[in-house]
Amino acid sequence: MAFTLGFHIILASLGVAFPAMMLIANYLGLRRNDADALELAQRWSKVAAVTIAVGAVTGTVLSFEFGLLWPEFTGRFGEVFGVAFAIEGIFFFLEAIFIAIYIFGWKRLSGWAHFWTGVPVVISGLGGAFSVVAVNSWMNQPDGFTLGANGQVTNVNPIDAMFNRATAYEVPHMILAAYLVTGFLVASVYAVGMLRGRRDRHHRLGLLIPLTVAAIVTPIQFAVGDTAARSIADDQPVKFAAMECVQTTHRDVTEYLGGRCTSSGVKGGIGIPGFDSLLVGWSTDTKVTGLDSVPPSDRPPANTMLHWAFDAMVGICTLLIALGAWLGWAWWRRRDIPRSKWFLRATAVSGVAAIVALECGWIVTEVGRQPWVVYKFMRTEDAVTGASGVWVTFSAVLLLYTGLAIATVFILRTMAHRWRAEGIGEAEVPYGPSEPPPAPTPSTRSSA
Amino acid sequence: MSKPDAVAAVLWVGATLYAVFGGADFGAGFWALIAGRGERGERARALVDWAIGPVWEANHVWLIFVLVVLWTAFSVAFSSIMSTLFIPLSLAAFGIVLRGSGFAFHKMAHRLRNRQLAERAFGVSSLVTPFFMGTVVGAIASGRVPVGNAAGDAVTSWVNAPSLLTGALFVATGAYLSAVFLVSDARRAGDPDLESYFSTRALVAAVASGAIAVATILVYRADAPFIYHGLINEGLPLVILSGVCGAAVLAMLWRGVRRGLRPLAVGAVVAVVWGWGVAQHPYLLPKALTIDEGAGASETLTQVLIVFGVAVALVLPSLGLLYTLAQRSILEGEGEAPPPASPPAS
Repeated sequence: MAFTLGFHIILASLGVAFPAMMLIANYLGLRRNDADALELAQRWSKVAAVTIAVGAVTGTVLSFEFGLLWPEFTGRFGEVFGVAFAIEGIFFFLEAIFIAIYIFGWKRLSGWAHFWTGVPVVISGLGGAFSVVAVNSWMNQPDGFTLGANGQVTNVNPIDAMFNRATAYEVPHMILAAYLVTGFLVASVYAVGMLRGRRDRHHRLGLLIPLTVAAIVTPIQFAVGDTAARSIADDQPVKFAAMECVQTTHRDVTEYLGGRCTSSGVKGGIGIPGFDSLLVGWSTDTKVTGLDSVPPSDRPPANTMLHWAFDAMVGICTLLIALGAWLGWAWWRRRDIPRSKWFLRATAVSGVAAIVALECGWIVTEVGRQPWVVYKFMRTEDAVTGASGVWVTFSAVLLLYTGLAIATVFILRTMAHRWRAEGIGEAEVPYGPSEPPPAPTPSTRSSA
Repeated sequence: MSKPDAVAAVLWVGATLYAVFGGADFGAGFWALIAGRGERGERARALVDWAIGPVWEANHVWLIFVLVVLWTAFSVAFSSIMSTLFIPLSLAAFGIVLRGSGFAFHKMAHRLRNRQLAERAFGVSSLVTPFFMGTVVGAIASGRVPVGNAAGDAVTSWVNAPSLLTGALFVATGAYLSAVFLVSDARRAGDPDLESYFSTRALVAAVASGAIAVATILVYRADAPFIYHGLINEGLPLVILSGVCGAAVLAMLWRGVRRGLRPLAVGAVVAVVWGWGVAQHPYLLPKALTIDEGAGASETLTQVLIVFGVAVALVLPSLGLLYTLAQRSILEGEGEAPPPASPPAS
């Protein structure tokens, strides 16, 4: 399931944020009567069609997996967290309906009417992200129920479960991550094109629109992430201790960058004395809870990996802020993107870097919660299915998703090649009856 | 009506909508699979593409809706079903992935070989997915899913006459519904040749569905007397209604009448789904778990009903808009799939 989620999280991010980029291009195109921007919006809508379709099927598989892999988890707590998914269902419906209208509506709907059919897609993307991430927050900070003496779930309040303590920081963090990843990923595609010498207006816009969004979002994300980390130090001290490899509870804790996490502390990293305490409580005197606060069986595994994942996420985010600042500087001075080839090279790798950061964040929150699936209420080993043959399912899923990933990338590349072959700048204007309606006139009954 | 019953009704509404719209989608994939490579087959496939392109994704959200309501309101039933029947459910899930990606990819694929591969994936999975879902329903209806984590037999729970027949019934019903829909779509596209092509297929599928339905009921009589008893008592009016609708559709197809064809075909399927529900009431898992026993916390059920109300207020008008725009041919593929060409003048 971790694997399917790790795959789905990329597609879901694209599904949440890509329609927004598409609409920005659409808006600019309509507002300034800009054919290039409209053409971009149209092509992006086709890409969105593919990613949302693949995201939809991987999402469906996830809802199967809740039962196929974790029947004890869903069977016991489904009534607590399930309502959030029911709400997600509404948003998903609206997303699927309006993206279909938007994608298939280019030819026959008028410009602004068509633009507005895209707006619900963006809104439902945000709403869907809220609902799903609220459930993950609930797994980190379970709320909205009490456990009876014999382990019965009682006093269920689904609304409290949805608005648990972690929702306040996890949801914004994930939504911003979706915009950040999509922004850099889309920009990186056009940066590669420009590095290969395709420096037309189409590529410039394709780089500028997503990169501007990403450059605005990234510093906010840094602040939100910092708040999240500090809240985790409060809410899930063991997860925080594992992220920073704090073995014993003490004050004046050293912050380590990199290194290897051993039972006697970090070996080989760069240490900044007192900085970890400072980050947690604004003072080097702050006491940080260590892993020794809980028995070894309640500590997360793979501490070095967790520590690295956290550092990588923060490190990449810092570099991406620098990239955004570079763009901002050049724009402020010259109203243009930086001339240096290194800017394009950096943008070209920023997409992959952002995905790495996304997956690192996912590892931190999920592996960091182990051995719990519902923090302090249910262990992962107690949630799993009793059916044999889970490994067969798992291997098959692995194969299928690898194939799916290859096919998705392949198809998107094919589309890009075809568009390039069609020639840039000479494609037809998306709106208006540029060619006779392809279908025969509707029958009298349906047009009545 | 008690609150758990109300939520169970919500679940059934979702299942019905999935059976009708999702079923028709699967059926369309089935017709695309067996259309062959000839000129007419290509045209039939293009019609299927054109007809389901804008709507297939929304149609399948009903499945997610059903799963989510089931696990939220009836968590125990959900975990029992999913863990005992994990083999057919995993296969159905694989089918869903193959089908969705096959359909999303085949229009974009450039080379013929890749396109045919994507089309094949779409077609085959359109056949196997509803089949395995049908076996799941058959296993539940025939009382082979006990309460508990993987408490039932992983294989014999669904490899048995009633389950396999129910699987076949799902495939046949989907094919029947979609052929009826495609008759109208062919008319809308102005292709009388394909109209008669799908009309013939609708006839065949209607007869096959009816025959399999009768066979299924007979097998239930021997194997699952509880459901059989329900079908011929409380459920009898609905079973008769389904039969009447089905017979009317047959007669209309035979005589070439088109008006009212779709509502009647849908009615036949809806009546069967509700007949099953009525026959099974008050059980969620026949003889093992009642709706009341399986229901989650009262507060949760209230929230599910509220969410359903919001869904009715928001989603149904949006779906209506989508279907209306699609039916008025306002939604056209962006220069990709040309709608079916008119047949040669000869």
